[in-house]
Amino acid sequence: MINSSEQSSTILEAQHLVKHYTQRSGKFGFGKTTVKALDDVSIALKKGVTLAVVGESGSGKSTLARCLLQLQPFDQGEVLFHGQSLTQLEPNVLRQMRRNLQMVFQDPFASLNPRMRVGEIVGEGLLIHGLGGAKARLQKVHDMLERVGLAADDARKYPHQFSGGQRQRIGIARALILEPEVVVCDEPVSALDVSVQAQIILLLKALQKEMQLSYLFITHDLRVVRHIADEVVVMKQGKIVEHGTVDAIYSTPQQSYTKDLLKAIPGQH
Amino acid sequence: MTEILSVEHLNVSLKKDPTRFLVRDSSFKLSSGKTTCIVGESGSGKSLTALTIMGLLADQLVASGSVYFNGVDLTELDNKAMQKIRGAQIGMIFQEPMTSLNPVLTVGFQIGESLSAHLGLKGLALKLRVQSLLEQVGIPIERAESYPDELSGGQRQRVMVAMSIACEPALLIADEPTTALDVTVQAQILMLLDDLKKRMQMAMLFITHDFGVVSDIADDVIVMFRGEIVEAGSKKQVLENPQHPYTKALLACVPDANGKKQLKPIDYSWLDKDKVA
Repeated sequence: MINSSEQSSTILEAQHLVKHYTQRSGKFGFGKTTVKALDDVSIALKKGVTLAVVGESGSGKSTLARCLLQLQPFDQGEVLFHGQSLTQLEPNVLRQMRRNLQMVFQDPFASLNPRMRVGEIVGEGLLIHGLGGAKARLQKVHDMLERVGLAADDARKYPHQFSGGQRQRIGIARALILEPEVVVCDEPVSALDVSVQAQIILLLKALQKEMQLSYLFITHDLRVVRHIADEVVVMKQGKIVEHGTVDAIYSTPQQSYTKDLLKAIPGQH
Repeated sequence: MTEILSVEHLNVSLKKDPTRFLVRDSSFKLSSGKTTCIVGESGSGKSLTALTIMGLLADQLVASGSVYFNGVDLTELDNKAMQKIRGAQIGMIFQEPMTSLNPVLTVGFQIGESLSAHLGLKGLALKLRVQSLLEQVGIPIERAESYPDELSGGQRQRVMVAMSIACEPALLIADEPTTALDVTVQAQILMLLDDLKKRMQMAMLFITHDFGVVSDIADDVIVMFRGEIVEAGSKKQVLENPQHPYTKALLACVPDANGKKQLKPIDYSWLDKDKVA
């Protein structure tokens, strides 16, 4: 655990984010409807803390993640990293900044390039940011692979030679090699078997402690949230309906929607 | 409660390499009015077991052993005889409601298909039966004219349920029917299935990897690991007092919502000892 003065410092902040999509609808797609993927969403992520964003499909949680990392433009609002607005940065400054904002994706099969060796995948960030010479980079890749529970030798293999859980470890190594401050995890364990899921959750927690990471953890699984999150944000139809510490959300949920979600968790009757 | 299905010494292996077993020596029985859950990780053989019962194994695979359904060995039947049983006496629900439904046919037509094929219903009788099925699964009857893409994921899965119970099967096989759904929708579908099972006194074989779902819906539990049944018993027995080290390890790594549990990564140390012995 980190001390309280550090804990209170906000690293990444979203202020009043709005993102609307227009969708074709009706017979033959002649109609148009507006989908409010984000409707005035504000969150703050603190150092060393895991903030879980939970919600059902279509609640806007993945859109929030993508907007936070500037992977997708938004209509209104502001994203602040250490108090600095990311939207107003010059492209090359933003690129520099991305070092500190990394992402772990949901599907370990789709998120690794099948034609690249694991070493290239994990080390690509170092190359792009021009960190270290070839030798130093390779050493770093080997260290990182070992840190996530793989072998240094695995750098020479291709993604298809690994199981789903191992691939997710590769994805984590790729995100962490740049020593980011913020890691956005978009459903990182929902495609995995429970046994593997537990390993990855424990790995993420251990790495967080070691590297003082802040996680934005996007998931629909309220059981997983309980094991990894410090704070929870509940989203529904693009809005935040409830926000609190993990204990408060689970023991005394305020909103009926949160109560419904908790009630629907299987296996508690 | 009567015994509906008895699987005896079922093996599934590759045609090319018959020594490579994907399901090995698995035996279990299902009774009417009871839900039996098969749990296991991916690749443990749970879906293959279900496919073998229905006679839907891929061509590269070969099964041996017997599957007695109401006293008839299904493995001995030819494809034509099997077709009469499939959909009529054994209903099936699959995981992905979108890929299991035909996008160019109305929902009502698809529900009615097995009714006309197996029971010879047509015209008004067919229409009324389809409407009553939609009512049973909680979908407004006007929806019979809708196409699958006009329905939500939960509604599509309700349509799948309506199709599978259309001919009032004695056995319903559900392969991860709620895995692709949101939790609140999942809870509704589980309740619906449980309700239908009780009302129609079906035997239900429910395949899942989620222990939460097991504890909500199962009467009996079968745990599979690498193609073998490692433990079977009543829900209470298996979940509260597991005997096999794999079951214990698997239960220890299931996250729970009350926050008191310490997650443990799975431990395979028992495996080698077991194989040696």
